Amino acid sequence: MKKVRVLIAKPGLDGHDRGAKVVAKFLQECGYEVVYTGLHQSPEQIVNAALQEAVDVVGISVLSGSHEYVFPEVMRLLKEKEMEDVLVFGGGTIPEDDIPALLATGVKALFRPGTPLADIQTFMKEHVG
Amino acid sequence: MRYVEGALKGHQLSGARLIRLLEDGDPEGIAGLKALYPHAGRAFILGITGPPGAGKSTLVDRIIGEFRGRGLKVGVVAIDPSSPFSGGAILGDRVRMQRHATDPGVFVRSMATRGHLGGLSRATGEAAFVLDAMGYDVIVIETVGVGQDEIEVVDLAHTTAVVCLPGMGDDIQAMKAGILEIGDLFIINKADRPGADEVAKQLAVMLDMRHIPHGEWMPPVLKTVAVKDQGITEVVDAALAHRDQLAASGKLAERVNLRERHFFRTLVREMAAEKVFGAVEGTAAFAALLEDLRDRKTDPYSAAEGLVGRLSFQA
Amino acid sequence: MCMDRRDETLRLEAERWQVGVDKSVGKHPERKASFESLSDLPIGRLYTPRDLPGFDYVEDLGFPGQYPFTRGVQNTMYRGRLWTMRQFSGFGSAEDTNQRYKYLLDNGQTGLSVAFHFPTLKGVNSDHPLSRGEVGKCGVAIDSLRDMEVLFDGIPLDKVTTSMTVNHPAPVLLAMYLAVAKKQGASWDKVGGTVQNDPLKEFFAQKSYVWPPRESVRLLVDTMEFCAKHVPKWHPVSISGYHIREAGSTAQQELAFTLADGIAYVEAAVARGLDVDSFAPHLSFFFDAHLDFFEEIAKFRAARRLWARIMKERFGAKDPKSLWLRFHTQTAGVSLTAQQPLNNIVRTAVEAMAAVLGGTQSLHTNSFDEAEALPTEEAVTVALRTQQILAEETGVANTVDPLAGSYFVEALTNEMEKAAREYIRKIDDLGGMVAAVEAGYPQSEIIRASMEFQRAVEDGRKVIVGVNKYVKKDAKPLHLLKIDDSVERAQVARIAEVKKNRDNAAVEAALGRVRDAARGQENLMYPIVEAVGEYALLGEVCGALVDVFGAYQDPAIF
Repeated sequence: MKKVRVLIAKPGLDGHDRGAKVVAKFLQECGYEVVYTGLHQSPEQIVNAALQEAVDVVGISVLSGSHEYVFPEVMRLLKEKEMEDVLVFGGGTIPEDDIPALLATGVKALFRPGTPLADIQTFMKEHVG
Repeated sequence: MRYVEGALKGHQLSGARLIRLLEDGDPEGIAGLKALYPHAGRAFILGITGPPGAGKSTLVDRIIGEFRGRGLKVGVVAIDPSSPFSGGAILGDRVRMQRHATDPGVFVRSMATRGHLGGLSRATGEAAFVLDAMGYDVIVIETVGVGQDEIEVVDLAHTTAVVCLPGMGDDIQAMKAGILEIGDLFIINKADRPGADEVAKQLAVMLDMRHIPHGEWMPPVLKTVAVKDQGITEVVDAALAHRDQLAASGKLAERVNLRERHFFRTLVREMAAEKVFGAVEGTAAFAALLEDLRDRKTDPYSAAEGLVGRLSFQA
Repeated sequence: MCMDRRDETLRLEAERWQVGVDKSVGKHPERKASFESLSDLPIGRLYTPRDLPGFDYVEDLGFPGQYPFTRGVQNTMYRGRLWTMRQFSGFGSAEDTNQRYKYLLDNGQTGLSVAFHFPTLKGVNSDHPLSRGEVGKCGVAIDSLRDMEVLFDGIPLDKVTTSMTVNHPAPVLLAMYLAVAKKQGASWDKVGGTVQNDPLKEFFAQKSYVWPPRESVRLLVDTMEFCAKHVPKWHPVSISGYHIREAGSTAQQELAFTLADGIAYVEAAVARGLDVDSFAPHLSFFFDAHLDFFEEIAKFRAARRLWARIMKERFGAKDPKSLWLRFHTQTAGVSLTAQQPLNNIVRTAVEAMAAVLGGTQSLHTNSFDEAEALPTEEAVTVALRTQQILAEETGVANTVDPLAGSYFVEALTNEMEKAAREYIRKIDDLGGMVAAVEAGYPQSEIIRASMEFQRAVEDGRKVIVGVNKYVKKDAKPLHLLKIDDSVERAQVARIAEVKKNRDNAAVEAALGRVRDAARGQENLMYPIVEAVGEYALLGEVCGALVDVFGAYQDPAIF
């Protein structure tokens, strides 16, 4: 039986995990296996978890404004570890203006506040089934 | 072969991907496992079981630290239940093992039960295998703690620790008789809470009823407060002492052998069933058989005999 | 006899009305099959005296300033003094925020409220590895007394009150604030303000915890003891429901869990040997003002009445001030949308009005761009003006508790109190709030409420204008406030400078004394004040406490 495995991560010092938990629970209800990292993850910890857990997708929730540091750093580490086939998406308070630069690093999608969960489900179905 | 070389060198990415292939039932995974087989069998496998809420993950986290302090590399398979409704799962055990998150000598793999009808999924044993071949000295299997998996982990592990809570009272009685009979060490976690001594007494009574012959391993009852790092050294000492005694008495080899044979028999059963159903599924004759079963024109025994009777096997 | 006849007339009239309603609804169904509040309380079509059986003005409401304080804690409320307009603010460096504070004070803000960046909230310095990308982003960067001095440069601390939103590390920030006051020549008995310092909600709502539950409560009681003695006008704690609500709870849960936290703190202080009337008057609270207008007003009124009853009946408090629930309110951040952001001005205004009609002592109004970033000067000005317009132009502040006696509002207030009592009873059964937190009870309630809310939004059962109804692509994105990385570099440099210029031996010795006190029973505020005075860094003082208390690990309860 094949199942899609997803890592949901909360980087940095920010403790606002309502969004991350809601998305994690929703993805579980959609039938995915969701490894939740918990709070206060460094980019190394996130990538290390993605590696050991052999996940197909990594979802990162950032509400502290540190997205311009976190996403590029995670993408860099994934490349270094030869894990570029892992899909990365993100969510949180990420201003519209900052999105193109982040997508350019290889992040597949960024879901801003107010995104319906259904959109995340569509994204997952399209990319990993 | 992909990943095998890397896994044997201890490369985490290779091992991780191989475990994934096995978990997904990919034939490439099985090919890899065959190649790894001669290299496995070194690791000490420790099973941790017990009801939800007992603090198993925190305990495992501290146990990892203790083993690491003794220079041993640790692999962990942490199991969480899949939802019977959605088939998905939230795997949150890793959260409690944060302090080892970037230690290259630790590998944590979260696994969902994937609707495995009670008990441990095959993938759990396979993952332990891969970690063994990768060179991890200790492999900890942390179970969900409900259902058959508690018993089955005993098959898989060399030493099984059963975790209880103070105040469990009547629940001790309700705990599956099997696990109380088979556990090699008993841990009362969160022992700073009231009722720890009562549980210890009850366990002592249960152990007494096992009538363990003199000279054989007497399961200790240990108290821990995992969040405060209390009692962990004693737990690891006891686990290793058990392993050593098994090894010295020859029982370890016996257990491992039994385990592999059990696993082999399970595989044969599963593969044979897959072969049979693979051959008949979708055929009109099979559909007719199922209808007869539904209409009570035949019974399950006769139906099964009919199918299996058509199997022939050249020994 | 007269009453019976009036009741009978009422009943007959009600029945007559119902017949008419049934006919109308039969012909033309109502907009929805059922109506619920935002927190899923059933809302009836009409409320009449029949919804308030046994209603007694003196028992249930009382007069403002008199037990049970349903109508307000002061007897003239806003006719005597308007609520404090206290905009939460902080970003970048201490210099940046000092400028913003001066701007706000010049524009009519009447009290300061400090937002610290994440490293400070978590008790680590700007040069900590996990601080990468976070310095100055969500609040002002404060690493040492040096930064605090800059933050309040030119602001007289004996004239302006300040609320500091920080929790586990609050004692250290308070010590810094008091050191600045001393340097300014302001005596501590004139210094007024609040530290949030509410440790329990960190474990299930805001999650800026550092040390474990029991140790964090010990530190709170130390602060309460210290302030009662040395800084009598200071509120050593702001028992908060805001974050609980923002984390996804219902209004009833917000109310219940907040008061349950309060009960736990009062119990801890009493266990320490403090007389309840010696510290209870200094307690303060902090609530969310969400969008369901009447539900929020009912919540605030129920909060006052329930707390007064708890303090009197459960703790035997004698001083009337011990029974007061004084609170600050912030309009609901979680109600703001990134889509069509100007709509947020309306949301904030309605929420602010609910807070005022609910009798808040101070208020923060969110800015319209805050779904996405920290507010620009333009946006924060609109937010401040919202309060000023409410106060000066609408008349809502001209009489005390104007909605009292509304059958609907009184029925809802009763409903809120009842629901909160039920939760508090459950928490008592679990052994109190500390035990409930350790058992994961509030955490699991909150995740459940969050999921239900999200489902309701996805189904369209709960409407969010601009998000799931009346959706329209925004013409152009807002101009947002951006904090760049220069703040991080500057802070790292400043930390190095502070370390160079201070007496490092004295710092080490002071940190040693912090550890000693933590291991024993001594009040930690004294060694913390001492260490801070030697320019020990926030991360160093908190690190010393972590050495003894341990660091809390969140178990991620779903």
